[in-house]
Amino acid sequence: MLQKLFKTPADAIAAARVKGIVKDNISVMVGGFGLCGIPEGLILALRDSGVKGLTCISNNAGVDDWGLGLLLKTRQIRKMVSSYVGENAEFERQYLAGELEVEFNPQGTLAERIRAGGAGIPGFFTATGVGTIVAEKKPVQKMAFKGREREYVMETGLWADLALVKAWRADSFGNLQYRKTARNFNPEMATAATFVIAEVEAVVEKGVIDPDQVHTPGNYIDAIVVTKPEKRIEQRTVRSA
Amino acid sequence: MPLTREQLAQRAARELRDGFIVNLGIGIPTLVANYIPAGMEVWLQSENGLLGMGPFPREPEIDPDLINAGKQTVTALPGASFFSSPTSFAMIRGGHIDLCILGAMEISQHGDIANWMIPGKLVKGMGGAMDLVAGVERVVVVMEHCNKKGESKVLPECTLPLTGRRCVDLLITDLCTMEMDHSKGMFRLVELAPGVTAEDVKARTRAEYLADRVPMAMSV
Repeated sequence: MLQKLFKTPADAIAAARVKGIVKDNISVMVGGFGLCGIPEGLILALRDSGVKGLTCISNNAGVDDWGLGLLLKTRQIRKMVSSYVGENAEFERQYLAGELEVEFNPQGTLAERIRAGGAGIPGFFTATGVGTIVAEKKPVQKMAFKGREREYVMETGLWADLALVKAWRADSFGNLQYRKTARNFNPEMATAATFVIAEVEAVVEKGVIDPDQVHTPGNYIDAIVVTKPEKRIEQRTVRSA
Repeated sequence: MPLTREQLAQRAARELRDGFIVNLGIGIPTLVANYIPAGMEVWLQSENGLLGMGPFPREPEIDPDLINAGKQTVTALPGASFFSSPTSFAMIRGGHIDLCILGAMEISQHGDIANWMIPGKLVKGMGGAMDLVAGVERVVVVMEHCNKKGESKVLPECTLPLTGRRCVDLLITDLCTMEMDHSKGMFRLVELAPGVTAEDVKARTRAEYLADRVPMAMSV
């Protein structure tokens, strides 16, 4: 049986390196929204692998000392494909200095590009971004849909060499379950890369996860690693009483 | 007297209807959640992947795996659901959200909105704003009528890069409410804030708009 379980994030990254996946100038999808549901251990292991020239597809870019901010600090990222990157001073510095390339996508366009890529769809039309700089140099077409004619812009599906995702738990086949809003971009990123590593909080025997409750079927997952994540909070907001 | 932020949120809350699925933007729109009328069921959607968002947690309830689109810790109400971001934006782009309430930097007289970038300043990204204005059934903008220099933010054309074209249905400012007349492609002045006259609005608005009906007093 295919052994997907690795002892440490470094071991899982090393396995991807042996397969020729992890090397300089690759594209990497990294799950998470803000610091919620990010593959913390895998990001650290990717940093320690020393690969550079990375194109990172991730909704955000972490903060200065956590998440993808760690790979920005070490200058391992050449380009970010994101929707919003507001919380990172080092990002700001590299971007303004022209050292870092940034491609902004509307969040839903980014999400749908990932979903489409994983589903084998090379391009699709959306109303989002029509009439804005997002649609510049892209095919725009008038189409009738749901009883209304309007303009749509063509966007392309995304596929990466490597995806690093975070789930709550896995079974040994790689069936995944996510927890609350830590799900975010993780399930679709798990479908849209050549090699997919899942960082989870627990691994259970096959059959423990009810098939009706599997969020990501195990065939998408190439490697699994268990960690105890810190789960840092960006905006700790509470109500009194 | 121009409206305060709280009064703007109260006025915007009057756009809510029982059973509505609503997405609230950051800033004044977030305050609208405090003014959902008693007895009305409104489902708040957070675009990272939550429908049925509740209030901020009490200290012991804080869960790092449960945040809203502003990355704040929140709670989920009974009946809530979690889903992926692609599913969430399919919900937004597929027209399954009844209403979104957003802030803006500029609005054009045709209903264009600019709220994501200022050339020459650091661009942080548009997040989900372009998807919301393109996909949601009814787009309500809540903002101050003028900028800090006292210049009209309601313009003949937006000067800033657009978030969306011809997508705003209702504009609520601290001076007035303007409703888009889709057949004419122009806003109509429909309400005045307490103590504000139609002449005040005229003097502080660079855009052309329809003023062919007697505006009502805005109740807040």
